[in-house]
Formats: sequence, C-alpha cells, structure tokens
Amino acid sequence: MSSQIGSVVGSSKRSKRVQFVLLCLFIPVFIIPFYIVLSASFKTSAGADVSTMWRLPSQWSTEGITKAWQALHSNFTNSVLMVVPAVVISSLIGSLNGFILSKYKFRFSNTLFTLMLVGMFIPYQTILIPMVKFLQYIHLYGTIPGLILVHVVYGIPITSLMFRNFYVSIPKALVEAASIDGAGLMKTFFRIIIPLSIPGFVVAGIFQFTNIWNDFLFGIVTIPNPANQPVTAALNNLSGTQTVDWNVLMAGSLIAALPTALIYLFLGRYYIQGLTAGSVK
Amino acid sequence: MPSFILVFIFVYVFIAYTIRVTLSANWKPAKQDFTMPHPWYNTYKTLINSGRFQSDVRNTFIFTVFFLLISVIAGLLLAIAVSNMNRSKVFFRNLFIMPYAVSFIVTGVVWRWIFNPISGVNLLFKYSGISSIYQHVFGSPLSPQWMTSASTVGNVNSLLEHIIPGGTFLQAQMGIPVAILPVIFAASWQLCGFAMAMFLAGLSSIPHELREAAAIDRASGFRYYRSIALPSLIPMGVTTLVILTSVSLKIFDLIYAMSGSGIAFSTDMPGIFVYESMYKALNYPLGAAASIFMLIAVCIVVLPYLLRFNKGSEE
Repeated sequence: MSSQIGSVVGSSKRSKRVQFVLLCLFIPVFIIPFYIVLSASFKTSAGADVSTMWRLPSQWSTEGITKAWQALHSNFTNSVLMVVPAVVISSLIGSLNGFILSKYKFRFSNTLFTLMLVGMFIPYQTILIPMVKFLQYIHLYGTIPGLILVHVVYGIPITSLMFRNFYVSIPKALVEAASIDGAGLMKTFFRIIIPLSIPGFVVAGIFQFTNIWNDFLFGIVTIPNPANQPVTAALNNLSGTQTVDWNVLMAGSLIAALPTALIYLFLGRYYIQGLTAGSVK
Repeated sequence: MPSFILVFIFVYVFIAYTIRVTLSANWKPAKQDFTMPHPWYNTYKTLINSGRFQSDVRNTFIFTVFFLLISVIAGLLLAIAVSNMNRSKVFFRNLFIMPYAVSFIVTGVVWRWIFNPISGVNLLFKYSGISSIYQHVFGSPLSPQWMTSASTVGNVNSLLEHIIPGGTFLQAQMGIPVAILPVIFAASWQLCGFAMAMFLAGLSSIPHELREAAAIDRASGFRYYRSIALPSLIPMGVTTLVILTSVSLKIFDLIYAMSGSGIAFSTDMPGIFVYESMYKALNYPLGAAASIFMLIAVCIVVLPYLLRFNKGSEE
C-alpha cells in the first residue's frame, strides 16, 4: 500500500519506464571490463589478440587461466595468509574499542576517538618511512606477519567506527544489568556483547576483507621481494612484463579479482551495509 | 587501551618522524643523517620548483574536480532511478556497486587495454562506423591517443603567475592534460557506485510521512525531489563528497596500474611521486615532503568534517 503512494509521488508510471530504459543504457558501461576479462581469460594464447578483444573466444580454452595460476598462485596464497588473520584481529580489536567507546563514556573519549579516526583518512604515503623502520626494528620487515601488523593497526580506526555505530543500537540496560550481576568489562564483552555482534562481524569482516585484499601500497613497500608479495602486487608486475600473453594477463586479473568479487556476489547486502556504516555520520 | 596507543604511534609519531625527514638534507634508511639543509625548508623549495610536482598539483586539481562532478552527479541520478525500480532494484544496485569491490590494480590493468590506442574503444569506433563518419567530416579517422596523448588543453600559466607572487616559477603547462581524461573516467566508473549507495541510504531514510504528505498535496515527481528529497540528502552528500575527495587526493593504485606517470607527467599524481621519489630515486626527504603536502590537502578536507562529528556526538 505504502509503495503505491511512493510510486505516485516519486515518479509516474511513464517516467519510471523512462528511468528503467536509462538504467539499462548504463548496463554495458558497467559490464564492459568484466566482459573483456572473462572472454579473454578463456581464449587460447594464439586466439588472444588485442585487435580482436571484443570477440568471444573462437575456441574456448583454460590455457590462460592455467598459465596465470602458475604465475600467481604463490602470491595468491600470500594474500590469503595475510588477509585472514588481519581481518580477524582487526575486527576483534575494533569490536572491543567500539564497545568501550559506545558504552563507557569517559572524559575526552570523543576527542580520543576523533583523533583515532584521522588515521582512517591519512594518505599512507606519509607514514611509509617510519613504518618500514619500525618493521625492521621488530624484525618483521619483508614478511607476511609484518604486513598483517600494518593492516591490523591501520584497520583499527575503521573497524572501531563500524562497531561503535553498531553498538549504539544495543540497549545500555543490558550492559548495566551485567555489571550489577558482577561481570567486569571483559566478561561482559565476551559473554554478552560478542554473541550479539555476529551481524556486526559479518559486515566489518567483509568490508575489511575487501580493503585488505585489494591493498597494493603496503604490499609493495613492506615486502620488497616479489615472491612474498600479495597477489595485487604480482598482477601489477605481470602487467609490466612485455612478453606476457594477453589472455594470461586477463586471466591473472580474474584470479586477483575473484575472491572479493565472489564475496560481493554472494554477500553483497552486507558489503553495501558496510559501505554506509563505515562513513562518519 | 593498548590498541589506541598503537594507533596513535602509527599515526602521529610516524607523521612527526616523516616531517623530521623532510627537514634533513640527505636522510637515507642506511645512513640516518638528520643534518638540516640550508635553508631548513630547502627540500620544500626544491619540491615546489620541480616541474613534475607542479604537474602533479595540476593533475590532482583537474582529476578531483571532474571526478567529483561525474561520480557524485551520476551517483545521485542512479540512486534516484534505482530507488524508483521495483523488481529490478537489487539487480541495478548490485551491478553499479560491483566495480567498487574490485581492486584498483585489476581495473587499472583492464582499463589500460580498453583505452589503448590500438585496441579497445578505438576498435569500437572503427567497427561502429563512427570513425569513418568522423573521417568524412574531419579528414582523418577517429582514433584518440587516450593516455598516450601528450597534449594539454588550455594554458593559464601567465594568469597564475600574476596571482601567485614569485615571478616565473611555473615549469609545467597549467591546463587540462588530455591523457588524464580516461583515468578520470575509470575512477568515476569505479566509485560512482559508492556515491549511489550513500544516496540510496539517504533516500531510504526519508520518513514515509513526507512522501505521503507530498502525494496528498499532489506534488509532481520533480517537485518532490527538488523540495523534499534533495534537501534531505545534503548531509549524506557532504559525507560522500568528503570521502570521495580524500580518495581522489590520495589516488595511487588505479593510476599506477592504468597509465603510470604518463608522457611528460600528464597522469602523474602526488601518490606516485612520493612512491617513486622514495623507492625508485631514493630521494627520501623529497618524497616525504610531497607526502606532507598530500597530508595537508587531505586534512583541509577531512578535519572540519571530523570536528563537526566530534561536536555532534557530544551533544
């Protein structure tokens, strides 16, 4: 019933049809790069020429994907080894911070939080020199654990923000009841808050997974050895190689994009929630 | 909270360290020499007088203006149209946000080939006959150079040198580098879905009573958007603008993969300048100084917004 009223105000039937047609005109613009990647990935090296890039494969083959996987599989593994711990740790810390910031107001807690949020916006170029020095000092430079540490620390502001916004909707009475029952901060957090936070973890986790998987700058700066770099760095190296076949390069793009694309296809709803939840409102 | 302290060290102490590096003459990781140059701001002076960095400032300005215009306007219009769909709403929404979930490196690599002069869009011009029509009118086939174009449209150097004191210090031609246009297109393609998601969230938070009241008053669709929907989208619009501007000022991956610095630095950006100064040219103070400019630019946009947020949450 209400949607009927909405349709009367928002747009007439005719204008809706016009808008539908206009939206359809945008479909090719948004699909083109995905089409190019998919069609080229299934071409043979002989059949993959940039002069016929718009055509579907004349002969379907997984040769490009096999070769790209050979070139990228160890970097793909590096990315997985990096992203999983980084997402789990930064989400856990973010949920604890968000809980404290939303339920225990202390003096300057907002100022402290705002100062922390600055860390979410700074250009990371500004901190590269001391970051590398710090990683060298703790002997994690050039290693995946070093990269995880960096992603965790710079992920804390955004995950804290997301969980803080999430916990605002949890009644304060629940926390107070627990503290009357004698539960301390940590006990309240682990026994009561964490089980209630599953949706928050899904949203923040997906968001952080995408951010960290897609990172490039930290990957190339903290790990100079190409063999230990994440897959985004390896794809960029592959793209800079003159001798690589076009179908292999596109299949490499497919491999590097696949994890985040799959998550988006299946869990897009949560990803979109994360997009708006991660903005300071 | 130990994690707070860690974040503060990684943000504020690290920034302070980088600033100290910019005030050194010859800092290197292997030889951490903090001797100051003479005058102490010498690195910044070198930076401002470098033609490459001047190109970067120009590119950032052009890129930011066009990118914000395209992605915010497209995002808003797409959000309005998508919100009016019934069955196809989820399909369109997911399609338009999809690029945002993919790495800039991947999209950069693909767009690089779509805007390659010998393939991609130029092939479409040829197949569709647009190119031959163009040849009919202008005498040569339509085959733009895209990111490999060396031309810059317009020149406001003399005007700028009038306004900015210090005489003729401009090394780069201040105009619109043609090579940057495909890059702006690719960035807008990838991020207008984000703007759309923000506006969709804003549209869905408009109270239903307002829509019903507008219906009872027999307001037209156009009037509804002008008088009710758009004003209530302003806060969301500001948030979107701030986030997209910060993305634009920091843009690195997409351009690094798509075009690199370009011919005569026509698609170079401060983010690339910093990376290459530090890790290719090994001039750490110069790269660090450029990164401080990036930081200041981002802070000018983001700090007022964060401070307003801080004030708002204390009430």
